[in-house]
Amino acid sequence: MITAGVDVGAKTVKIVVLRDREVVATAKDLSGFDQAKVASELLAQALEKANVTQGDLAGICSTGAGRKIVSEATHSVTEVSAGAKGSLFINPDVRTVIDVGAEEGRAIRCTEKGKVEDFAVNEKCAAGSGAFTESMARALEVDVAELGKLSLGSDASVPMNAQCAVFAESEVVSLLHAETPKQDISKAIHDAIASRITSMARRIGLNKEVLVIGGVALNVGFIRSLNEAIEMDVIVADDPEFVNALGAALIAAERAN
Amino acid sequence: MAKYKTEPLKCWAKAKELRDKYYQDYATAHERGGIRWTGGAWSFDAIPYGLGDDVYPITGEPYAASIAFNKEFSLKCMEATEAKGWARDLCSYMRNYWGSMYLNKYNFGGPYPKPTFAFQDHICCSHAKWYQVVAEHEDIPYFNIDVSVGPYHLIKDNPQKIKYIVDQMHESIEFLEKVTGREYNDDKLIEAVKTDMRSTSTWAKICELNKNVPAPLEEKSMYSFYVFGTLSKAKKEFADFYDELYDEVKDRVDRGIAAVANERCRLMSDTQPPWGFLKVFRYLEKYGAISVGSLYTFGLVGNWEVKKDGTWGARETYMEKGIEINTRDEALTALADWTLSRPEWQHFYDPGLKTEMMLRIAKEWKLTGVMLHLNRGCEGLSTGIMENRLGLVESGIPVMTFEGNMGDEREFDLGRTMTRIDSFMETLDLEPISAD
Repeated sequence: MITAGVDVGAKTVKIVVLRDREVVATAKDLSGFDQAKVASELLAQALEKANVTQGDLAGICSTGAGRKIVSEATHSVTEVSAGAKGSLFINPDVRTVIDVGAEEGRAIRCTEKGKVEDFAVNEKCAAGSGAFTESMARALEVDVAELGKLSLGSDASVPMNAQCAVFAESEVVSLLHAETPKQDISKAIHDAIASRITSMARRIGLNKEVLVIGGVALNVGFIRSLNEAIEMDVIVADDPEFVNALGAALIAAERAN
Repeated sequence: MAKYKTEPLKCWAKAKELRDKYYQDYATAHERGGIRWTGGAWSFDAIPYGLGDDVYPITGEPYAASIAFNKEFSLKCMEATEAKGWARDLCSYMRNYWGSMYLNKYNFGGPYPKPTFAFQDHICCSHAKWYQVVAEHEDIPYFNIDVSVGPYHLIKDNPQKIKYIVDQMHESIEFLEKVTGREYNDDKLIEAVKTDMRSTSTWAKICELNKNVPAPLEEKSMYSFYVFGTLSKAKKEFADFYDELYDEVKDRVDRGIAAVANERCRLMSDTQPPWGFLKVFRYLEKYGAISVGSLYTFGLVGNWEVKKDGTWGARETYMEKGIEINTRDEALTALADWTLSRPEWQHFYDPGLKTEMMLRIAKEWKLTGVMLHLNRGCEGLSTGIMENRLGLVESGIPVMTFEGNMGDEREFDLGRTMTRIDSFMETLDLEPISAD
């Protein structure tokens, strides 16, 4: 059976094509202004890579902030269900999923059967999300990809407020004026995000294994700070940005059955 | 095909008419030589009725909620209040009300009708300061009754605590006579106290009918009715309306009439809703979900007690119990005792008491889950809400939270909240049964 998952996120669209529960193609691009068009074009690209047509698909499930605009979708689920499904497929021992995307951070608690027991999502604030790291990278005048690596060079603990991205940015500017080394500021930024995410995750209960998904999982500085904050070693998913799309494709397969 | 029969409520038109009349009566009271006063929905509104039959209150919270529903005017009110230097994280009802006062605009047309006096009690810190600012701005007298004597289970057999409040009530009558120049009528006070008991007990009886499956009322509609208890608990027309409403809702139960035709998931909310976005409650219907009420809707004005079988039911009034009220002191003592038992007053002292009441509702109203509004607009009712969440979750009740503000739409995100509901419904294994 061939199915596809389409994750229309705040910043990027991700596609996963599955054949008999094996990933046969993936695709990713910026969401842009016309998300519906980007999703359609990207789906076509992924299907071409998989050497199949849309008619071969048993189902297409969309997820993400823009899930309702995917006209090709036969089903639609939220990121909570898709993230849990994809995470448990990757590692059946996972009981807590931490998903940090461009705009939202969320924590999901799952049962061994893959049922979502509880979840928490950051509120109307970018402080616990990828947008926050991008904003901080701009303030430090470093590439966002370098921000995490930079923090690994520091063991300092510089307190920083991460309750608000705007205030945090002004704090970074103050630290720069105080000639605080960039790597210390970078670590402070990641500690602050990790602290906020941990506080949200503790609300639902942190049970091992903890899998981190979403684009921010690629940030090594954040992962180190998160390990310290939750006082356990998290597992970082391979291709963490694609886990929600993978979960959506799996749900499409279940529904087709 | 729908699971249950449903039909519109017959008393809608009357409810609207009564509410409109309340606000117009207040605005035009001076034209008829009457008295206007302002205070909170939890003020002892029976007391000013002793001044005569031409006394008209405007209670701040429902007035501010009606402003919140008028988004354009609400934004102007917020900006006017902030321009005066008040912080944006204060009670959003208070900010809407103050904005209307500062702009000198009444939400129902014309200028803001200046009250003769302010009359309030101090169960909520914001409430006490709210009318202090009104009194200073409008240069009117203000009387505030301190009610900080603890939760009801610690005071009901403790007469000196009741007396502390009753003594202040006696003083308040002297204040009312002084600022209005009118002679106080104890018979009118006694009648008003009895009416308060009747209306708040009847509202509880109406809410109790929602224990039935299917529920005859959904919470969005209940907001349109509970409001009378917040406008004036001691007003005879409103108590009479609750009697009529009870008969109609009881009839719906007897005939199996549902509020939501495909009811299959019963929820409760908590605290004031985001008034500008009540469509959230309609969105639930897409999943066959219904909010059957909340501690807020049931217990803000409704008075309850534990019955012999251990369940929650409407508190028996003094009249039902055959207790006579013949003097001013008896009336004030009865009013203090009655008011202090109100469920929503209890958790100002201890969030654990709120959790107990929420668990009771979850069990007796046969709930599937709970939606908690993390309400940035009300410090009083939001305090301890995450403690309540924990208590519910530990008892095995699924809980969803969403952040917002009852009166400041700038702090609410409709799209995200609907996505949150979608996620919650997925965790309850509920698929949509109708399109968006």
